[in-house]
Amino acid sequence: MQHLEIQPQNIKLPEGSIEKQTTTLNLGPTHPATHGVFQNILEMDGERIVSAEQTVGYIHRAFEKLAERRPLYQITPLTDRLNYCSSPINNMGWHMTCEKLLRIQLPKRVDYMRIIIMELARITDHLICNSVVGVDAGAFTGFLYVMQYRELVYEIYEEICGARLTTNIGRIGGFERNFNNTVWTKLEKFLDEYPKALGELDGLLLRNRIFMERTIGAGPISADRALNYGFTGPNLRAAGVDYDVRVHTPYSSYEDFDFIIPTGKTGDCYDRFLVRDEEMKQSLSIIRQAYQKIQEFKGPEAEVFHADVPEYYLPKKEDVYTKMEALIWHFKIIMGEVEMPKGEVYHCVEGGNGELGFYLISDGGRTPYRLHFRRPCFIYYQAYSEITKGSMLSDAVITMSSLNLIAGEMDA
Amino acid sequence: MQSLTNRNKPVDRAPMNFWERLYLPEIFKGMIITLRHLFKRKATIQYPEQKREFSRVWRGLHVLNRDEEGRERCTACGLCALACPAEAITMEAAERELGEENLYREEKYAAKYEINMLRCIFCGLCEEACPKDAVYLSETVAPADYARKKFIYTKEDLLIPNPVTEPEAYAKAKGLEPNENRLTGKR
Ligand code: SF4
Ligand code: SF4
Repeated sequence: MQHLEIQPQNIKLPEGSIEKQTTTLNLGPTHPATHGVFQNILEMDGERIVSAEQTVGYIHRAFEKLAERRPLYQITPLTDRLNYCSSPINNMGWHMTCEKLLRIQLPKRVDYMRIIIMELARITDHLICNSVVGVDAGAFTGFLYVMQYRELVYEIYEEICGARLTTNIGRIGGFERNFNNTVWTKLEKFLDEYPKALGELDGLLLRNRIFMERTIGAGPISADRALNYGFTGPNLRAAGVDYDVRVHTPYSSYEDFDFIIPTGKTGDCYDRFLVRDEEMKQSLSIIRQAYQKIQEFKGPEAEVFHADVPEYYLPKKEDVYTKMEALIWHFKIIMGEVEMPKGEVYHCVEGGNGELGFYLISDGGRTPYRLHFRRPCFIYYQAYSEITKGSMLSDAVITMSSLNLIAGEMDA
Repeated sequence: MQSLTNRNKPVDRAPMNFWERLYLPEIFKGMIITLRHLFKRKATIQYPEQKREFSRVWRGLHVLNRDEEGRERCTACGLCALACPAEAITMEAAERELGEENLYREEKYAAKYEINMLRCIFCGLCEEACPKDAVYLSETVAPADYARKKFIYTKEDLLIPNPVTEPEAYAKAKGLEPNENRLTGKR
């Protein structure tokens, strides 16, 4: 028997190959921090990252193209799957884009209901992001504690639309059904208990020396660079620019609400953590204000949950079963045969992690002529190699989770 | 960078003080939080012995409905298939013959009706599109199976039990109180 072990001195490199000083390391696509769907090719010098190259497209599902063959209401389920940590915001953003094109004015109560749902979604998005930063820094417990409250929010969605993650919540012109009492009781429970849970998460992480030393100075970005890349949302605010779509181009009556914009200084992971943390508290206060405003509606106004637009909002089911006119509208809307105005609209909302925009061109047909999603994650990811260059490998992982890169949104 | 609004509030990013630098006090603080949780009520449930209740409007497995006399409601209008963003529904229509009035409610009915549960994204648009109260999404979740073929549910798999011959199974499958309106979720 021959001795099988290969001796290093016997390995022959192919002709013309150069010996490298660095190691190539694939961070992803099967790394748990990359959710199995994005790849970073890192050049490592020991533990330091010399250069990083990002790859996108592992879960590209051609949503923009798919949308060209779908009537407007069928595009909502596609938007669920962008940023799935806060799908209601995507749904609402899409509805508002359609409403802008179709020139539908919503009653105030619907606006406020939407704000409640959107802020709940923002909280779930931020709480996942912040607790996952904790997980990547080695603190798993806080994640489990706040997860219970995400569960509660999901139960609220479930009461309204019937699903938890891929919500498909709301319709063009309002909501599919009014909020029932369970929704309001669960909302009250959430408003009551969540601040405590958030306090616990803060208690576990915020001033903990390990966490601080892991996150302070990790993955920083200056305001200038962030703006140049086109950052928005919490990541831009952490860099020190107080830009918030909800304030600068208010939609869905956000102008009626009082809230502050937390900003950081250095744009590192710790700043991003703090900004998100504060934003959750602001969201809670917005929900409280909205809830109060909703309770002030009296009489028939207190039951409104959609705009009065028979051309775009489905008639009541009882009417469809019995009345001819309602049945005709029902058929027309479902078949996508209602008149669509020609035109171009852009509408943006403050998504879970930045400005989520919808650019819709309609040529008057039953489907969009072209639809583009402005997806904040895609933009953040462009900066990833710059902000991880020179840092440690462990910082790269923490940076990835604190930028809140969500593959579904990145690849569309 | 100058401020863009008057709502700007910098976050509190104080450097570590002496106690935080010592590291242990903060660790104990964290420990107390976790210890307190040890004695709290558990948030988890023992699935599958215990199951959580879904909301009344839950979008689960599809059911093809019958009317009170046990006739199939679907009239094969095709709206559900048209509304389906995943293109999961296929059907074939047929005309009701004389003597089949006790089987089908309308003059046209679905001879074949299939939903591919692997394509379906449980968006609920078919339920919303149906003008005949015929298809709706129940409170069951789609079960797992071994073969792809088994996920193509035929009309026989989808049809709700007959309320005339099997009233109990029907009531159970429907899971609704009489006259409850599913779409408004009113109890
Ligand atoms: S739930 Fe949605 S995807 Fe599934 S069959 Fe109905 S319309 Fe199609
Ligand atoms: S289930 Fe309803 S929508 Fe679908 S074909 Fe039958 S009647 Fe029409």
